[in-house]
Amino acid sequence: MQMFKIRSLRWGVLVSFCFSSLAMSAEVQEFKLDNGLKIVVQEDHRAPVVVSQVWYRAGALDEVNGKTGVAHVLEHMMFKGTKAVPAGKFSRLIAAAGGKENAFTAQDQTTYFQQLEKSNLPLSMKLEADRMANLNLTDEEFAKEIKVVMEERRWRTEDKPQSKVNEQFNSTIYHVHPYGRPVVGWMNDLENMTAADAREWYKTWYAPNNATLVVVGDVNAQEVFKLAKQYFGPLKSQALPSRKPQVEPEQKGERRVVVKAQAKLPYVLMGFHVPSLQDADKDVEPYALEILAGVLNGNASARLNQNLVRQSQIAVDVDAAYDMVQRGRQSIFVLDATPSEGKSVAELEVAILNEIEKIKTGGVTEEELQRVKAQVIAADVYQRDSMFYQAMQIGNLETAGFSWRILKGYPAKLQAVTAEQVQVVAKKYFNKDNLTVATLDPQPIDPNDNTPKGKPHVH
Amino acid sequence: MFTKSLIRGFGFTLIGLLVSLQAQAGLKIQQWQTSRGAEVYFVENHDLPIIDISTNFYAGSARDDKAKLGVAGITRHLMTLGAAGLSDEKISKQFADVGAQLGGGVDDDKSSLKLRTLSSALERDKALDLYIKILQKPDFPDDVLAREKARVIAVLKEAATQPETIADKAFSKALFGTHPYGFNSEPEEVDQITRDDVQKFYRTYYGAQGAVIALIGDMSREQAAQIAEKISLDLPKAEKPAPLASVTYPAAAIEQRIAHPATQAHILLGYPGIKRGDADFFPLYVGNYVLGGGGFVSRLTEEVREKRGLVYSVYSYFSPMAELGQFQIGLQTKREQADAALALVRETLNKFTKDGVTDAELKAAKQNLVGGFPMRIDSNGKILDYLALIGFYHLPITYLDDFNENLNKVTKAQIKDAFNRRINPEKMVTVVVGSDS
Repeated sequence: MQMFKIRSLRWGVLVSFCFSSLAMSAEVQEFKLDNGLKIVVQEDHRAPVVVSQVWYRAGALDEVNGKTGVAHVLEHMMFKGTKAVPAGKFSRLIAAAGGKENAFTAQDQTTYFQQLEKSNLPLSMKLEADRMANLNLTDEEFAKEIKVVMEERRWRTEDKPQSKVNEQFNSTIYHVHPYGRPVVGWMNDLENMTAADAREWYKTWYAPNNATLVVVGDVNAQEVFKLAKQYFGPLKSQALPSRKPQVEPEQKGERRVVVKAQAKLPYVLMGFHVPSLQDADKDVEPYALEILAGVLNGNASARLNQNLVRQSQIAVDVDAAYDMVQRGRQSIFVLDATPSEGKSVAELEVAILNEIEKIKTGGVTEEELQRVKAQVIAADVYQRDSMFYQAMQIGNLETAGFSWRILKGYPAKLQAVTAEQVQVVAKKYFNKDNLTVATLDPQPIDPNDNTPKGKPHVH
Repeated sequence: MFTKSLIRGFGFTLIGLLVSLQAQAGLKIQQWQTSRGAEVYFVENHDLPIIDISTNFYAGSARDDKAKLGVAGITRHLMTLGAAGLSDEKISKQFADVGAQLGGGVDDDKSSLKLRTLSSALERDKALDLYIKILQKPDFPDDVLAREKARVIAVLKEAATQPETIADKAFSKALFGTHPYGFNSEPEEVDQITRDDVQKFYRTYYGAQGAVIALIGDMSREQAAQIAEKISLDLPKAEKPAPLASVTYPAAAIEQRIAHPATQAHILLGYPGIKRGDADFFPLYVGNYVLGGGGFVSRLTEEVREKRGLVYSVYSYFSPMAELGQFQIGLQTKREQADAALALVRETLNKFTKDGVTDAELKAAKQNLVGGFPMRIDSNGKILDYLALIGFYHLPITYLDDFNENLNKVTKAQIKDAFNRRINPEKMVTVVVGSDS
């Protein structure tokens, strides 16, 4: 799921999340309230804890030009109080229950979560239901929080050379589709955002019929349903704006962008438009692309690392990633790398494309295929050690408009991929006319220069 | 998924870093020694068909020879890249073929190698066989050493341009002076590391004496004992490493300003903190929750972020180590307002050390830390790390069982007393990278 979109976020990675299935120990159950709120519950009785997540189908994907970043700003404002629970109180109540809580915004959704000892689930539901409908978004709180968000953007993007490359890469590979815009928003849009913009966003998208509640833990599914009915049941559904299909026109010719920033090493990010999952049963290509990502990058001896880092030593680091589950129904296959000292990004780019070419002409071996599949089967078991991860998978699929049920068939789908299918997708999509390349041109830092670049120095 | 998301704050991540553990009735830790003297900590759990193992050595970066900084890190890194005649390529392919995952790393105190494997016999035995080869028969091939040195040097050079790393390095150097906790390896030093250095380091610090083996998952006590025995049997014959030197406190306040063109200033303040097993651990731990460890409900977040919008992240933590680890407060803010933010942080800290916590704050801190216990041991992965921690730092085997009781015993007076004895705001180390002044 667009692991590469914001590379610098590695610090916050709790688990490296890619779409893989649950070997379900207990049945997942789903319910729906009359107001449209969907509830998905997975019982997991290994420890007396529960994770509760509310997923809103509202993310950067739904933003418009001039107001980029508003989904994320609203996420921050959701902690600023309701009539019943004043600013800051939400966090204090969860903390007093021994809980952890936070929220995150992405292209496809905004998610709020709590992790608690199981008897505290009603508290979490009570608070989430309250702020789903009763947020008190004041000008005063907004004025402070927008400054926090601008600090966040400075920290995540402005001062991180690879993040800047990533931002430029996205807006180059997507000319039309909203995935080309940064989740955190352009600085200019943040500077001009108003409390009214945030209120409009809240009013438009925060409703039970635009949300999914996912609960995983030592709970009884029927009791969770009863609780959800009690707390979320009284909320009113509302008419949601129609979502227009947004399709990136076919790329006809290579695209390039160069970013200058203060750094030591250059960096290259390359991507091809490829299909995302559309029909979980009938599709073949997304599964073949997942296997291909595994063949290129699934372990330390996979092709890219083995050939470019270990053998030719042209790169110090290389990566490949693909996310099939996208609410925007667009995806890209991304490769990124850092050249070794003395090697140029141009040489490295040729070397990476050469690895791609080898797959297009020679295919992949049966041994490589089996290795990726063995890792998929094991990962399927390992992920059961984390309730949070299991909840993430369910919420992610549901929010993207798929059912959690496809998790069950996922390993079998991957098992069925053939070497030929992998070669076919490589041939079909990995072409120069469909390629976007972003590079970092590192600029030296003058030790005596203390002024920021790119902007007038204002006190 | 997470990588593309924006997370509301640091709190979530940092809490995870800082917490210790608590006990739960039913978590039965078994402990014994192997014939070679390695300490074993084991929890049997058959809920999932998984085995997790973590083998730990007193072989962290603080063991580096001052003239050869970086050897500890390179040694640990190279162990997985060639063993018993198997190349790095063969090793990672064979692990992948059985779906096993290798983990671990190096910090100042410790080197660890972790293995996660399916418990089914075929996969388990293959994974264990490889894991043991890595631990006992690393080859440290010359060509791999040369290659990895070049990679490390490139990464160090890149990091040296980034304000976050510049601040971290300057801070630990100023805080610890000549103590190894203050060492940072530089590219020129890494370049000089030889295969002899690495082999010598391995033979000296990777002995069974002092090794701590933690195991959890789908195996019997008897199986665990066999595995631990095999792991330790052919480790180098080395003495248990001697304790590290003590950390000395700064004689006077140090403040460094480092020029950098970034849009944000990176600010770090701190003082030598506490050791693992320190008598002041619980009062300082609870107190720090109130000061800057409690995420969104801490005083620092309230004052600097919530009330004034000066930062995205501000935090404080104690990092208890074998010797006094860091007590650190950190923040990043638009460079023009760096001095205002720094003054506010100092004021908040001074008020905290002078007046201590309120009754309400103490109550809230205990509610969170005590009530949060079940989440600390809700997965095998988390329990494994706690087993290693208890073993490595010789914490009581009842550490988990006693944890909540120890938290509950903490008083307001103890917090104030401990902060006043341990943290001297007059002698703090401060590093600011990229401010206007």
